[in-house]
Amino acid sequence: MTNGHQQGTTRLQLLLAWGFVGIPLAWGVVQTIANAMKLFQ
Amino acid sequence: MSLLSFLDREHTVAKPGFSRWMVPPAALCIHLCIGQAYALSVFNLPMTKLIGITQSAPGDWKLTDLGWIFSIAIFFLGASAAVFGRWVEEGGPRRAMFTSGLCWAGGFFLSAIGVYSHTLWLIYLGYGFFGGIGLGLGYISPVSTLIKWFPDRPGMATGMAIMGFGGGAFIASPLSVWLMAKFSSATHVGVAEAFICLGIIYLCFMWVGAAIVRVPAPGWKPEGYTPPVVAQKLITKNDVYVYDAIKTPQFWLIWAVLCLNVTAGIGVLGQASAMSQEMFPGHVTPVAAAGFVGLLSLFNMLGRFFWASTSDIIGRKNTYFCFFVIGTVLYALVPHTGSIGSVALFVLCFVVIMSMYGGGFATVPAYLKDMFGTRYVGAIHGWLITAWSMAGIFGPVLVNYIRQYQIEHGVPKAQAYNTTMYVMAGLLVVGFVCNFMITAVHERFHMKSDHEAERAQAAVAAAGEPAGA
Repeated sequence: MTNGHQQGTTRLQLLLAWGFVGIPLAWGVVQTIANAMKLFQ
Repeated sequence: MSLLSFLDREHTVAKPGFSRWMVPPAALCIHLCIGQAYALSVFNLPMTKLIGITQSAPGDWKLTDLGWIFSIAIFFLGASAAVFGRWVEEGGPRRAMFTSGLCWAGGFFLSAIGVYSHTLWLIYLGYGFFGGIGLGLGYISPVSTLIKWFPDRPGMATGMAIMGFGGGAFIASPLSVWLMAKFSSATHVGVAEAFICLGIIYLCFMWVGAAIVRVPAPGWKPEGYTPPVVAQKLITKNDVYVYDAIKTPQFWLIWAVLCLNVTAGIGVLGQASAMSQEMFPGHVTPVAAAGFVGLLSLFNMLGRFFWASTSDIIGRKNTYFCFFVIGTVLYALVPHTGSIGSVALFVLCFVVIMSMYGGGFATVPAYLKDMFGTRYVGAIHGWLITAWSMAGIFGPVLVNYIRQYQIEHGVPKAQAYNTTMYVMAGLLVVGFVCNFMITAVHERFHMKSDHEAERAQAAVAAAGEPAGA
């Protein structure tokens, strides 16, 4: 058995799954970096 | 009935063609939600003004009362991870994630009722007890599944999930502030509504994670992956039953390694804002200090992924050696940064220290897998989480007590943290020794090939007092 994507999981499913967690996380990281920049102002 | 069977481990087994890269997002769905625990403090001040609205009124809750919510939650995180670890391991990740979502979101709903009716014990029960159980189940639920899907890179895989726990606060903090602002008015503080919204969002997120997650079919291995033929001294090919694992000296040495690494980091993390301002009076403003705390949180999160991934290359024991050697040097250097007035060097020291604090959490599941095998690694990890609970008490107490003692004995505030830093460096030296003492688990603890835990237990009992050489 392999972990190939071709038969079961599609690229779209992978994109959706990673986007589902990645977008909120990226938003949170941007907010935190914006806050952290105050240290250097 | 059909829903319950959907949660069973056997209904979670991946079909051929399922991509293992779907599993980290499933794990992140859980960890990003339960990571909210680190952002609970954003509710503290608003919850002290539920009656007075603009300022605390008689009858409003005090910060000291509210501080118990987090403490209770962390206590039940450790307790539930230890108690339910075996259930999580044997019932499968989907059941655990589903239950974790119920407890976590249910805790928010109950807390919302507590805020609405101004009944503090309901919040202790909701966020503290039920939320704490949700935290514990959620924290350990994806660990062993990820390790099984990524036998070639277990550190990176668990690092990704545990990074989510660090990142959860980044989302929860601004989201909570925004939700409270949306629901607040001149006569009302919108904490209860924010709790309900968060509960709904987290329930959806966590159940999506539970739906996505899969366990690999027996015998599955990644394409092109061949397990190392040459036996590595500290990477076992055998499994150790959870209740045998906690009888081994190796478990308690790793427990001490984690506890000491976390104690050193958590105490500083809690005092970072005050420390930076007191060590550099006039140079670091409260706004800049808040930025410093944000930077530490960021490196805490990034370190989880970086160090756990690095451990796949250099080994777990060497990774912890890095933490203890570099950490000791940096803690010893911090007082010097204060004496020469170098904010930049001070910040550099602490961002590296925080990356290793996070790295300690993220690397430990793979360390356990190396020592005790994959079969019960989630349950063993559950027991190990008690080290975190312990460090959560020791760390802040140590930092606060030493600082207070120094100030009461006439030490200027700018130098009041120097002794603390040397004590932290000392703790890391002890951690280095504990890590050095870790050797392979004695074969008498290994489970038999039929994986019957009872037989393994009987074998251990028959062998007499475990030595675990």
